[in-house]
Amino acid sequence: MSDVLTAPSPITTSPLSWREAGLLEQNRCPSGDLEKRWTRHKDNLRLVAPHNKRKLEVIVVGAGLAGASAAATLGELGYRVKVFVYHNSPRRAHSIAAQGGINAAKNYRNDGDSIWRLFYDTIKGGDFRARESNVYRLAEVSVKIIDHCVAQGIPFAREYGGYLDTRSFGGAQLMRTFYARGQTGQQLLLGAYAALQRQVAQGNVQVFYNYDVLDIVVEEGKARGIIARNLITGELHRVAAHAVVLGTGGYGNAYYLSTNAKLSNATAIWRAHRRGAYFGNPSFVQIHPTCIPQSGDYQSKLTLMSESLRNDGRVWVPRTPGDKRPPQSIPESERWYYLEEWYPSFGNLVPRDIASRAAKRVCDMGYGVGPTGRAVYLDFSDAIKRWGREVIYQRYGNLFEMYEEITGESPWEVPMRIYPAVHYTMGGLWVDYNLMTTVEGLYAIGEANFSDHGANRLGASALMQGLADGYFILPYTIGDYLASQLFVKLSTDTTAFAETERQTQDRINRLLSAKGTHTVDEFHRELGKVLWDTCGLARNAQGLSQAYSEIRNLRERFWREVAVPGSGAEFNQNLEKALRVADFLELGELMVIDAYHREESCGCHLREEYQTEEGEALRNDDKYAYVAAWEWGGENEPPILHKEPLKFEFVKPSVRSYK
Amino acid sequence: MDTTANTAGLGWLHTSVGRKVVMAVTGIFLMSFLVVHLAGNLLLLRGDGGAAFNAYADFMSTNPLIRVLEVLLFVGFVVHIYQGLYFISKERRFRPKGYTLHRPQDNTTIFSRTMRISAIVILVFLLVHLRHFFVEHRILGASLTMYESCKLAFENPFYSAFYVLSMILLAFHLAHGFHSSFQTLGLIVNRRIDRVVRWAGTAFAFLVPLGFAVIPLYFLFQTLY
Amino acid sequence: MHFTLRIWRQKNAQDQGHFETYEVHDISPDASFLEMLDVLNERLLKEGKDPVAFDHDCREGICGSCGIFINGRAHGPLRNITTCRLYMRHFQDGETITIEPFRAKPFPVIKDLVVDRSALDRIIQRGGYISVNAGSAPDANAIPIPKPAADRAFDYATCIGCGACVAACKNASAMLFTAAKVSHLALLPQGQPERRERVKQMVMQMDMEGFGHCSNTGACAVECPAKIPLTAIAQLQRDYIWANLTPDPYTR
Repeated sequence: MSDVLTAPSPITTSPLSWREAGLLEQNRCPSGDLEKRWTRHKDNLRLVAPHNKRKLEVIVVGAGLAGASAAATLGELGYRVKVFVYHNSPRRAHSIAAQGGINAAKNYRNDGDSIWRLFYDTIKGGDFRARESNVYRLAEVSVKIIDHCVAQGIPFAREYGGYLDTRSFGGAQLMRTFYARGQTGQQLLLGAYAALQRQVAQGNVQVFYNYDVLDIVVEEGKARGIIARNLITGELHRVAAHAVVLGTGGYGNAYYLSTNAKLSNATAIWRAHRRGAYFGNPSFVQIHPTCIPQSGDYQSKLTLMSESLRNDGRVWVPRTPGDKRPPQSIPESERWYYLEEWYPSFGNLVPRDIASRAAKRVCDMGYGVGPTGRAVYLDFSDAIKRWGREVIYQRYGNLFEMYEEITGESPWEVPMRIYPAVHYTMGGLWVDYNLMTTVEGLYAIGEANFSDHGANRLGASALMQGLADGYFILPYTIGDYLASQLFVKLSTDTTAFAETERQTQDRINRLLSAKGTHTVDEFHRELGKVLWDTCGLARNAQGLSQAYSEIRNLRERFWREVAVPGSGAEFNQNLEKALRVADFLELGELMVIDAYHREESCGCHLREEYQTEEGEALRNDDKYAYVAAWEWGGENEPPILHKEPLKFEFVKPSVRSYK
Repeated sequence: MDTTANTAGLGWLHTSVGRKVVMAVTGIFLMSFLVVHLAGNLLLLRGDGGAAFNAYADFMSTNPLIRVLEVLLFVGFVVHIYQGLYFISKERRFRPKGYTLHRPQDNTTIFSRTMRISAIVILVFLLVHLRHFFVEHRILGASLTMYESCKLAFENPFYSAFYVLSMILLAFHLAHGFHSSFQTLGLIVNRRIDRVVRWAGTAFAFLVPLGFAVIPLYFLFQTLY
Repeated sequence: MHFTLRIWRQKNAQDQGHFETYEVHDISPDASFLEMLDVLNERLLKEGKDPVAFDHDCREGICGSCGIFINGRAHGPLRNITTCRLYMRHFQDGETITIEPFRAKPFPVIKDLVVDRSALDRIIQRGGYISVNAGSAPDANAIPIPKPAADRAFDYATCIGCGACVAACKNASAMLFTAAKVSHLALLPQGQPERRERVKQMVMQMDMEGFGHCSNTGACAVECPAKIPLTAIAQLQRDYIWANLTPDPYTR
């Protein structure tokens, strides 16, 4: 392991580059009939006897849907579990903000849904960049998730007969989305949280509040523990375990502004990456078209508005760039309904990525509205005229209120202003079929791994994947590894622990001693802008290679000029932030390299060089039907690319068409 | 609260929730007493020179059943007051460091905020009232009839003013206490019942003290005109 | 806009703490309250001073992390809202704003405006769940639940655990929090097997943590960002009385 302390060399010489290794074929995916793979795989996993489970320690990092459900289930099985969260309670993770719902192939509607159809929709929605085996398994266990969550007392929406209600969602022609009003994520997370608290009460699980996991300890190629910082006292702790599970969510906050929670970060997965875990498809980031736009530089985050608004709202900008008149006084003939003009058949209802890219395009052309010029109008006046206020209120009342609360403008009087925003990362740590990373005994679950969504995630699938991993997949597969760890004596008095702790302490000391004049947020904002401009909605080789040097430059300046007052031995929120941004700066570089290397367009990843004349994504299945699994190349060394080929034995990759 | 309390048997009455229940049960009992008391007092207004009222007073002080209820009533008062004092004595414990700026007026009613003051005034009133009527007649054995006692007292403007003021504070106490008792007994099941109880509570808090207050005013005005 | 901020500063749990006054200028009326604090903190950092510590995360009103006592009210001058969803346009230009942490014995101050609310988790640990292991559930539609019951349970289940009810209550009572969970589970058939024991245990833990008694002032429901109604408390009371007054039909 190279010394973490070494500063990145000053902006240089090294242009964007990477090394290529061979194919990555060992992913433990079973073969044979797709429907029987998971069952057969489970039957072949090694087991741990109940009395032995008590002797095995597992660390779970993060308590979102994936982490909390995994920790609770492992506790139920009898393992000794330690959960680490940086929040003040395991109920605060950002899973709680998910609104729409959770998919499951229950076919309660009798509308012809099946595991196969959910599998197919997910694979296709991901633009054929995900593993068939994983996605099929996801669809298979989706059914059990709903059963379990109902048994936990989650108040899903119901019909008058008392049976579960479902609704339709983007990317599917079936009604398979279960929901609890607009707070499905909250209800599911609180269910997992409650299950976790039950295990805490029973003594199987310990939750460590206010602990930030700053590094993963790897001994002889195996994950052996973590270095965690007590956020209240600033102390570093060594914690050993037989296995480590990362359920730390996505890294959308690399962009500074996103719909993610402010504290969501990549530190645990990035440190794991530096310790040997490969990073899968880091540039696959989903951008949601309908968010409330940024209103000023002070703005700290973006808020998502349900996509359903586009059912009745019409998107437009003034025909004259820079037109500052209030929208109501712009006559109809001077309004440009660009979506309706560009996509006459789908109009305002084009899919997420198209709508997002179109908004960016008109704003780049100077037609954007609002104080920053980075917004377009979403106008309900026609719909209000056609359907009447009452109907529109029934459909969107709460969203209108939320919009008004945030912006101070009433969508009843003035059109909404919207703009796309980063909100989910399909990329993440590369994992095999057992959800294990390339570091033995280190697992990644939920949004933290790359596994199931390919290049684009369908709505209502994130909750499904987090809970599938946590309740029904990891608890089985981790046993296979733990069975081999029974006789391992845990100790934190090892050179690996000492060395990892020292490196963490050095990192903290360096940040504290920089004593620069720029705040962490200033660097973060700058990184976010570079990533958003070059590695956001549309990407091209030139922009990406320029971004690469800008990010390196920024990283070098960061370590020299950042201001982190106070000490490491106290509650220091700014230090926490600095450590996270330091990792985002390194991850940003890898995202840019990944986006640069993939010379095709697929799902969220639109390379401007590779699109049809109408601006549609142009996939290249011959060359790029693989998962890019990046290995850390060492400090200031280019990363190493491993390609995991994607074999499609059951579905035939086709062109997604919206015409 | 008493955190060491054994919640088996009647121990649950020592938890925060149990103590509230005691407060509510005694509260409702005392409110029912107010109704009976008022019904009797209104006999003072009959203009029959106190015949009906004296008969009633006589019945109340001799009937054995009433005597038993009287003891219960006494216990009810004591327990209600004891619980109130207990809550007050613990209050600072729950928030040892108070807010520098606190605006409860923005999220509570004046009636709930003044429960303590109204309780103290009602308690003082109760003691004066008992001294004046109960002790005087039942223990010392006054020479006047009950009606004459009342007439005498109410013709004194200071006493009447004190009486009316106390009734206003009783109204305050009831305005919160009525609904609160039903809430504590878990009877406010839904919004409709909530509305009904709130309405009934307001009516009760207005009419009962008004009924009491009319009597001294009646005697006072008689002396003036 | 311009504001004078009187902010409670406290280095750690042992420190006595005191108010400090700061001026902030050029604040957009569209900035959220927390963003206004961000602006102040950026400046303090540039001056090499210790920024004001406050809890926050999702900044869209659902995670329950934020919680500040602003101008005498939990989560500030608006009703049923979190601090992160409070915007500066709701204040007068030039106003002096008093900013304190949530105060209650079970919520010790960690630093400045950050308090420890883990007492709420310990109440949940005493029974705020249905004891079901993953894998043992019957089909989700095996037990029909009347829609009104599910809807009502949902109303109670939306508690975000921010602690505003405790902060607003004159007795620092956690009744609305506890009652929300008790009521959510009491209304569902899945919650019945543990119903009696749950309410007893959770109330006991609430008392042990040092929360006060409820005196039905209703301040909690006014400040609750999840709009948990007071009927939750009535439900808890009913269940608690029932559980203690009626003999347990299952004991021998």
